Amino acid sequence: MSDSVARRAVYTAIGVLILAMMLFPVYWMVNASLQPSGNTLTAGFLPLDPTFAGYRRALSEQGHNLVTSVIIATGTVVLCLLISAPCAYALSQFRSRWVSIGLLAILVSQMIPGIVIANALYTAYEKIGLLNSIPGLILANCSSGIPFAILILRSFMLSLPASLVEAARVDGAGLVRAFVAIVLPISKNSLITAGLFTFLFSWSDFLFALTLTTKGGVRPVTLGIYQYLGTQVQNWNAVMATAVLSAIPAIVLLIAAQKYIAAGALGGAVK
Amino acid sequence: MVHAPTLTPSTEESGPQPVRKARLRRRRGEELTKVLFVAPAALAMLALFGYPVVKNLLMSVQDYTLRTFFTGQAPWVGLRNYTTVVKDHLFSQAMVNTALFTIGSIAFQFGIGLALALFFRRRFPLGGVLRSLLLLPWLLPLIVSSATWRSILEQDSGILNRTLMGLGIVNDPVPWLNSPSVALIAVIGVNIWIGIPFNVTLLYSGLAEIPVELYEAGQLDGATGWRGFRYITWPNLRAVASVLLVLGVVYTIKVLDIILGLTGGGPANATQTLATQSYQRSFVDFKFGQGAALSNILIAVSLVFAILYLRTTRRAVDE
Repeated sequence: MSDSVARRAVYTAIGVLILAMMLFPVYWMVNASLQPSGNTLTAGFLPLDPTFAGYRRALSEQGHNLVTSVIIATGTVVLCLLISAPCAYALSQFRSRWVSIGLLAILVSQMIPGIVIANALYTAYEKIGLLNSIPGLILANCSSGIPFAILILRSFMLSLPASLVEAARVDGAGLVRAFVAIVLPISKNSLITAGLFTFLFSWSDFLFALTLTTKGGVRPVTLGIYQYLGTQVQNWNAVMATAVLSAIPAIVLLIAAQKYIAAGALGGAVK
Repeated sequence: MVHAPTLTPSTEESGPQPVRKARLRRRRGEELTKVLFVAPAALAMLALFGYPVVKNLLMSVQDYTLRTFFTGQAPWVGLRNYTTVVKDHLFSQAMVNTALFTIGSIAFQFGIGLALALFFRRRFPLGGVLRSLLLLPWLLPLIVSSATWRSILEQDSGILNRTLMGLGIVNDPVPWLNSPSVALIAVIGVNIWIGIPFNVTLLYSGLAEIPVELYEAGQLDGATGWRGFRYITWPNLRAVASVLLVLGVVYTIKVLDIILGLTGGGPANATQTLATQSYQRSFVDFKFGQGAALSNILIAVSLVFAILYLRTTRRAVDE
């Protein structure tokens, strides 16, 4: 606690070094994306002669897939929040023995491997025609979004004073109106946190994209990258450019919404 | 005094019939509304978790293959799917790999995570910013990390081998992802890199909750440095640590994306785990029954740890 100025400067230097080591792969991804076409054999530590050929190629080959990913991730956020917010409110405010059962169900759901869900959804989707469809992938991605959103939102809503809603109820507002007019606006920050993370989960999904699509029509960008990696990689710059483009949501989230992230990481894990 | 006005509360309790009925109706309406708050989420959880678990149990005792989709028939085969996958020569290797992958990943994620969390507890300029930037590897899509590491670990042109050879540490390029004897280590290494940020975040918040007074008191008794860690930090961190470790097992044991992206289970099945095997049986060989049997074994293994998890969280809550 009583560290001297010089000592603190040393700590900062060590901290920067640790960060540089941890983030080197991210730097390398950006660096490799700016290199001339071909394998990375020629890539130096600095993109001294940067070219955007990789990005041009990535956008022409993966642009469509990027749009698909945006649509799926946005759809997942909307659906997850619509489903999770009322449930989180119920689990935080209603007194019932079902509350602990619901929470237990959410905890248990965390240990079910994605491949189990993919297995079952594939057979079901095959019957009802949801394979190779955006709604099908949105629904599947809700399996990571809904439990997480419920936990995040509930942990915030637990802190809401009951008197807040009661005051509105005395004025004659029904349960639904009190929820929409009072609880949701106050919960704005936690809704943003849950929404951002749900977007990121859905955007990052690879397993459902891989298993629940069988032909080219609907192809999220994660699957696009996987297919690039399929055989011997010929154009590392295009692969890395696509990777950089796919990393944008995570980077934006980290910089723009920093204060929400630690809350998200903690809320989802410990509660 | 005796005639104190007690009239108002009593009408509240048992008013005239119509009022009571209206109130009863309203309460019933209220109960219905409450159910509607939960119903969509309950349905979604049933469809996305309940149905898959039941369906997998059913499929695992059926001969459920690609043909089933055309004929609609999945004959009952009892436990044959289970005996088939367990007797397969890859099963024991997949079990060992899963265990090595899980234990290796968690030991190092936790160890390095704890060291970094302790380091970032010191107060120094930029500490907070550096710590939050550290989260990036955890937020990246797994397939993006896989692609990046593929390029770094590339045998002939990857930057790691070029650096190692440039420094004279190795003479020949290490076949990180191409040699059966190294690939699993490389895959574990990448997974450690991905998991460190999460461990740092949780352990850091655990450390932040330890009251400063304990350290101040400890200082008087000479509990500083290593002794301070041993007698103050660790005992107070145990609850967080045990939750984190068991959570880590439950999450790591089912990892699939990273392995598919890095090696696809190869070379020569050196990185096959229960999860990749299950994927391969279902979606490469289209033997859904066998894939389901394998994934049920996977669930059974993590169920053991989940029970541990629930017990530790309950103990953490009790404390």
